[in-house]
Amino acid sequence: MNDKIIMTYDIPADDFTRAGEASSDIKSKLKKMGVSPEIVRKVAIAMYEGEINMVIHASGGTIDVIISQEEIYMILKDQGPGIVDIEMAMMAGYSTAPDTVRSLGFGAGMGLPNMKKYTDELNIESKLGVGTTVTMRVKI
Amino acid sequence: MTIENIREVLGAKMIVGEDWKDREVHTACGADMMSDVLAFMKDQSVLLTGLCNMQVIRTAEMMDIVCIVFVRGKMPEDTMITMAREKEIALLSTGHRMFSACGLLYEKGLRGGPTYQ
Repeated sequence: MNDKIIMTYDIPADDFTRAGEASSDIKSKLKKMGVSPEIVRKVAIAMYEGEINMVIHASGGTIDVIISQEEIYMILKDQGPGIVDIEMAMMAGYSTAPDTVRSLGFGAGMGLPNMKKYTDELNIESKLGVGTTVTMRVKI
Repeated sequence: MTIENIREVLGAKMIVGEDWKDREVHTACGADMMSDVLAFMKDQSVLLTGLCNMQVIRTAEMMDIVCIVFVRGKMPEDTMITMAREKEIALLSTGHRMFSACGLLYEKGLRGGPTYQ
């Protein structure tokens, strides 16, 4: 694995049953590459939470995953409404998801805290009415 | 405890997993909110849940969960069953409610994660 591998995924809007397909694909690819199970799980969980967020809040978007020898770098980009208060959004238990989402098992306000927990670096850039870009790094 | 032991204790129906029912389960997690499950990273766990949709299978896949128990007699749809089989995740359905199902497994020595600080 000398070169960088770049994977790009389109995350479809409002298709809750398909949410997680991109994370599932990355998980099996990393596994095949021989990355340790713990790192694979960290990447899969962090990306899955991000993917769910894109479906719930932002009408989908794109995810780029750059895999190198040292790390797995994820860039999640959407053209959604943006995050009003990032600090609040990072708090465990804080959620702006509607009840319909909660009845599907999400919207507990643990998405971003989980993404932070399982990654070595998490950055969020968000502009109201323009969109949000989340980058995450997991060191191998 | 194995997947088969869990099935016996809960008097559950095994929907998927007959071929790998002897796999060991070390810890358990009971939740309806999938992000609560995703906050809990343990090896070879069983998930007990009252939620019954595709994201339960996805969550289990991401976490390497070996077995899902649907409480209150809930039954997964065919698409969920197909995916669980593909990912080798056992699916059980029990008539017990969440509290009782967790209690019965706890009584037999199965434990959850540490207390949150």
